[in-house]
Amino acid sequence: MLKKRVVATLVVKNGIVVQSINFKKYLPIGKPSVAMEYLNQWGVDEIVLIDISASRNIKDPNYSMITRASEKCFVPLTVGGGISKLEHIQKLMHCGADKISLNTAAIHNPELITSAAKIFGDQCIVVSIDAISTAGGYRVYDYLNNNILDISPAIFAKKAVELGAGEILINSVDRDGSYLGFDIELINSVCELVNVPVICCGGAKNADDFVQVFQNTNVSAASAANFFNFFEHSVNITKSGIKRKMDVRLETYADYKENSFDENYRLLKKTDDELKEMLFVRIEKEVI
Amino acid sequence: MKNPRIVIIDYGVGNTYSVSNAIHSLGYKRLKISEKEEEIQNADVLILPGVGAFEACVKNLKERNLISILNEQVLIKKKPILGICVGMQLLASFSEENGMHAGLGWIEGNVKKLVLPKEFPVPHVGWNDVTIKENSPIFNRNAQFSNFYFDHSYFFDCDDIYVAGYSNYGIKVTAAVQKENIFGVQFHPEKSQTNGLKLFRGFLNSI
Repeated sequence: MLKKRVVATLVVKNGIVVQSINFKKYLPIGKPSVAMEYLNQWGVDEIVLIDISASRNIKDPNYSMITRASEKCFVPLTVGGGISKLEHIQKLMHCGADKISLNTAAIHNPELITSAAKIFGDQCIVVSIDAISTAGGYRVYDYLNNNILDISPAIFAKKAVELGAGEILINSVDRDGSYLGFDIELINSVCELVNVPVICCGGAKNADDFVQVFQNTNVSAASAANFFNFFEHSVNITKSGIKRKMDVRLETYADYKENSFDENYRLLKKTDDELKEMLFVRIEKEVI
Repeated sequence: MKNPRIVIIDYGVGNTYSVSNAIHSLGYKRLKISEKEEEIQNADVLILPGVGAFEACVKNLKERNLISILNEQVLIKKKPILGICVGMQLLASFSEENGMHAGLGWIEGNVKKLVLPKEFPVPHVGWNDVTIKENSPIFNRNAQFSNFYFDHSYFFDCDDIYVAGYSNYGIKVTAAVQKENIFGVQFHPEKSQTNGLKLFRGFLNSI
């Protein structure tokens, strides 16, 4: 059976991974290569790297940063930010990207979706949409020009799919960095109109948010950015929480199957007897 | 073979660097990404990576004059080759992606669009379990029902005797094929973490 994906988004600004809050405030976290290596070891299903400085400063993608970051990434890597030409995509595919994400280009230069899909296949082209809630319903937000467009994210997504997009990444501006959970209503509105996989992003705080979005919408994948960066084993602990309610891929050695959590999915201490017992457990290193 | 010379064929479209990274991490040092005839001739094993539309891939192979070189290396010299994703689909006779296009024709069968009910979004993206059909050498280090990362809108419809593994996504999707020295996988072993690395090891150990 196809498993729901737990995705990590790395927002990169000037070569550094940042925590993004409402697309307005950015706090530094660290090097993309380090974040990538850890997320990979913790068994994340996919990584999305968005370079927000590349598109903002109308620069080409930062190829050397992506090459270095992808070296230890053995899960699919989607790269976005600053992509405006076919040549950019071509180069990125040689730097370790497996899929590319178009956001600004999808608004201002939608023909790129079609021409890119024709060469790289629709499965390679992700269209990322930033959605903002307004009095008149959800609207697409053009973050580069700080402009709210008069089109709903669902219709925009449908058009992108018709042009050749193979996946839709729907990001809630209001929930970004808020820890309020995914915007189920927004996500459902998009899933209803498209027949390609949808990845949602914005608002995740813990395993419960993933379970909720997987159970109440048809998304194929859900993504979190901030909270995955803030504690050790964040991905496998979250997946272990999800696994208690539904099937996800959990194949890391540290799978936390025997641990218990509090209501906020913080790990609870094991009893002294259990810890004592663990002293005698021998773990062989797997040779591939 | 202890330390085979591996060439990842560069035909313009394809996530060559990802494949190279994965194989490199297993300790294989004699590894090249190349389109040069001489280097392909000197290789012990070939890898045909993928991420691309079928038509563009065939066009690029033709433009770089790679088809006759590959035919000689694979069909006459019987060098082992592993096609990944669209690289596997290229092994087929024809593909119907954006019109009918001829492939390398090494394994009889056609590449068809995934036409599925609404609850199965297309492309088929994500981690799916693979039912390993026979003891194919490439899977000899993987457990039955290992999961791998898929990302495709078209699938290889071929005779059952060539199918080495399949996965379920509304229909039986061919996940791996084998015919003598020709291997192909629909999923991306370079992006399937430990399971994928085990597959590369199994494949490279089998030669």
